[in-house]
Amino acid sequence: MQPNLRLLDAELLERILSEAFALIFQRGVTVQSPEASDLLASAGARVEDGVAHIPESLARMSIESVPREFQLHNRAGEPVVKYGGDNVQFDPGSSCVHILDPETLEHRLSQSADLVRLVQVAEMLPQYAAQSTAVVCNDAAKDIGDLYRLFLVLWYSNKPIVTGAFSPFSAPAMIDLLVADSGSPAAFRQKPRAIFDVCPSPPLHMSEFAAQNLIDLARAWVPAEIVAMPLSGAAAPVTLAGTVVQHAAECISAITIHQLAQPGAPVVWGGAPAIFDMRSGITPMGAVETVMLNMASAQVAKSFGLPTHGYLIGSDAKCLDAQAGQESGVAAILGALGGINMISGAGMLDSLACHSAEKLVLDAESIAMAQRLLQAIQPRTESLALEMFAKAGAQGDFLKIPETRKYFRMEQHFPSKVIDRGSLHSWEQAGARNAFARARDRVQELLAAYKRPAISPQVENDLRALVTKHAKRAGMAHLPGI
Amino acid sequence: MQDELFREMKQAIIDGDPDHARKLGLKAIAQGIPPLDAIHHGFVPGLNVVGQQFEAGEMFLPDLVLAGEAMKAATSALEPEIQKAGATRESLGKVVLGTVKGDIHEIGKTLVGTMLAANGFEVFDLGVDVPFESFALKAKELNADLIGVSALLTTTMTGQKDVVEALKRHGLRPRVKVIVGGAPITQSWADEIGADGYGKDAFASVALAKSLLKKQGELPVR
Repeated sequence: MQPNLRLLDAELLERILSEAFALIFQRGVTVQSPEASDLLASAGARVEDGVAHIPESLARMSIESVPREFQLHNRAGEPVVKYGGDNVQFDPGSSCVHILDPETLEHRLSQSADLVRLVQVAEMLPQYAAQSTAVVCNDAAKDIGDLYRLFLVLWYSNKPIVTGAFSPFSAPAMIDLLVADSGSPAAFRQKPRAIFDVCPSPPLHMSEFAAQNLIDLARAWVPAEIVAMPLSGAAAPVTLAGTVVQHAAECISAITIHQLAQPGAPVVWGGAPAIFDMRSGITPMGAVETVMLNMASAQVAKSFGLPTHGYLIGSDAKCLDAQAGQESGVAAILGALGGINMISGAGMLDSLACHSAEKLVLDAESIAMAQRLLQAIQPRTESLALEMFAKAGAQGDFLKIPETRKYFRMEQHFPSKVIDRGSLHSWEQAGARNAFARARDRVQELLAAYKRPAISPQVENDLRALVTKHAKRAGMAHLPGI
Repeated sequence: MQDELFREMKQAIIDGDPDHARKLGLKAIAQGIPPLDAIHHGFVPGLNVVGQQFEAGEMFLPDLVLAGEAMKAATSALEPEIQKAGATRESLGKVVLGTVKGDIHEIGKTLVGTMLAANGFEVFDLGVDVPFESFALKAKELNADLIGVSALLTTTMTGQKDVVEALKRHGLRPRVKVIVGGAPITQSWADEIGADGYGKDAFASVALAKSLLKKQGELPVR
């Protein structure tokens, strides 16, 4: 049994769904894309003054056509990320603008070299099933920012990638790049390596760009991940239940547009729902209510059997301190218990603004704990204890019996050296270093052990040629980071 | 009598009660109290209390928003009387506000606008998803003193830099001041993009606007 924690009882879940369907029909959803409006109207939605009123029957039909599971593949074509069911996987957070300098502790603007470092560290950590286009490369032309980030991740990683297009120009060029990476359009379609985040704007608003992006991704059969981000009390009702209703309404309306464009194309019910901090006006990613919103939203998706995503493990702390560990650790455990298929956000500090390779290393330890938790308590032996007692003798010397040797690796997770469990003496001998200092050491170790993936010369040339073409047009003289 | 009314006005702002504030504004007119006195001695002290309590962590953003709404209701009730008397509420400066292109978050920006207006600035709110050039064009058209640029997303905050650049192209810098705000924004970001300041919240933005325009007034060229 995979342990789980559900926050909504059947009655509350039913009420949430009933209000979500009422919301998209009665209040309606602002849809700024003419093509999306046409799709909705011709399927029976009433579209008036840019607002689409989507009937429950149409929404339910669209939900019905969503594939319940699908996979993302690594460079070798193996299906290593599985969306659907209660699979739980993790990837680093996306699109930060700052990087924590591990030496000066300054939050400085991120550059291509920082993204490369993050990708290399995440590549070495098995806790991350996928990479993400983690930071904005401020030394690349802004016009091709989305494309350039994806290029660097492809260049340095074998893992699947959670990415996104944040300007209308980006998506076609990014798809070209992924096709080049797969070797052919057929391979790209059969074994997708990347998933694209698409963000509705709260409350209940689909920008022209987001709606068009959904349509384009669906028609190209590129997996899409809806990242709905209601903010309780600011861009959503202040109550958590009300926010979950809005999140559901935003996901359902986005899914409806997506499935009308291409029934059966892969799409994920996801998001970054959060509360709004009434003192600072920020969105506290480390707040327990933010975690609860993500868990409840995933539970709503699961009631339809849909694949899920959430945004957790980011911390509001500014450095790798106790707050960072506490917020991220709690979120990793709870998100895992929520059975969320893809949990994005590891490595992030300062809400969603700053990334850190050292935090990726530290968060990997929290994730490993969560993964161990999901392995649950297994009855590994026929007799649970009696037989081992018989073998251990009167002294109870369990270290000596063969079962101990046979099972301890299955039963116990062994953290890396970031987690210190040694004696006080050995800790002092090693320089009395705290978790942040140990994380810095570990980053150096991982970087030293990292090897760039073997990419075929043909693919490498194609990737480089594609990006060079766009980079030149954007006025870049060279390709930073490679 | 008048003191009692002023006390009620102050309390209506603290309570964030727009209906009551509007009624008190009309009552002041009926009693022949000069409208500017009602604003400065009645309602503004309430706003000051809200500001202090927010700073102290005893009041929160919803308290602030509703105090701003109450202030807006009060001034709009008093406005016709101010105009009739031929008086004008002293303007502390013209401010053009907006959320940068690609970003449709308006809470923070609107709150700053409300607080600036409540404190006596003339505020022109361009709304959300505002093209970089539009800030410059509006500032030129209005002969504005200050631009406020909001961005709530890490992916759109770089647009604040584009606004600063647009103002430069139009020859508006450094005369027209620029302040930036939004969840991912910091003082160092403001410094980096050449803005004049960063408002961490609505009250800080008001204080910043006041200090920037005061300094500017001392410049000999103006």
